[in-house]
Amino acid sequence: MVNYKKNFVKLEFSSLPENVALARVLIASLMAQVDFTLNDLEEIKVAVSEAVSNAIIHGYQNRNSGIVVIEAKLNKEILEIIIEDNGVGIENIEQAMTPTFSTDPDRMGLGFVFMKSFMDNVEVISEVGQGTKVILQKKLVDNGSCALMAT
Amino acid sequence: MVTVKVKSDSLIVKIFGELDLVVAKEFRETVDKLLMDRPVRNLIIDLSQVEFIDSSGLGALLGRYKIMQQKGGKISIFGIKPSVYRILDLSGIMKIIPVFKAEEMKETKEA
Repeated sequence: MVNYKKNFVKLEFSSLPENVALARVLIASLMAQVDFTLNDLEEIKVAVSEAVSNAIIHGYQNRNSGIVVIEAKLNKEILEIIIEDNGVGIENIEQAMTPTFSTDPDRMGLGFVFMKSFMDNVEVISEVGQGTKVILQKKLVDNGSCALMAT
Repeated sequence: MVTVKVKSDSLIVKIFGELDLVVAKEFRETVDKLLMDRPVRNLIIDLSQVEFIDSSGLGALLGRYKIMQQKGGKISIFGIKPSVYRILDLSGIMKIIPVFKAEEMKETKEA
């Protein structure tokens, strides 16, 4: 019988590219407390990497002086990860979430595609000039691992 | 970390660790400088030591593909691990950049 423990972590860090790896390590450490599969772990790490990279590249437009906040809540049913910045915000969320849309020619515009592919729910709340909050959710099944993604 | 080997008109680039925003920048800057300085016809990317890749890494690979295409050269990738393979597959990048197994590249080099 898996022993479920509610857990919550929160970390604030500078909008430095080096801190994208830090965010992945934080989430991987939290996930190690539950029986996630290696596949789940890899996928959630990619989703987190995309959201934090977006905050740095687009939210803060590569300025290192911003603050990115990552929160993760783990309970019996769900793993919820919130990535928040106080950057420029997204003018058109629907367009930003369109596959292959990118404002940067050296990027593939796949950030939100990966987030949506690897998580069960992705919500984006943004206001121009105020910042962006990305909420990523992954459902857990009874044995603690992630539910199969809907096809 | 990124290391490079130059063999006649081929540039072999080996990437280590996690190909995210940080390593993608190092890869991009290292390769672009060499591509400007040398008449490179083949850009070969060794991902055998890469444990993780995200869209920043994919964007850097795609960007180098575009540069090689403009130069009339070729780009290929080899040695990918299963976790990296999944991301490359999902992105569709393997439809434009040939991906070889490490053994296939060894055979090609020896031939």
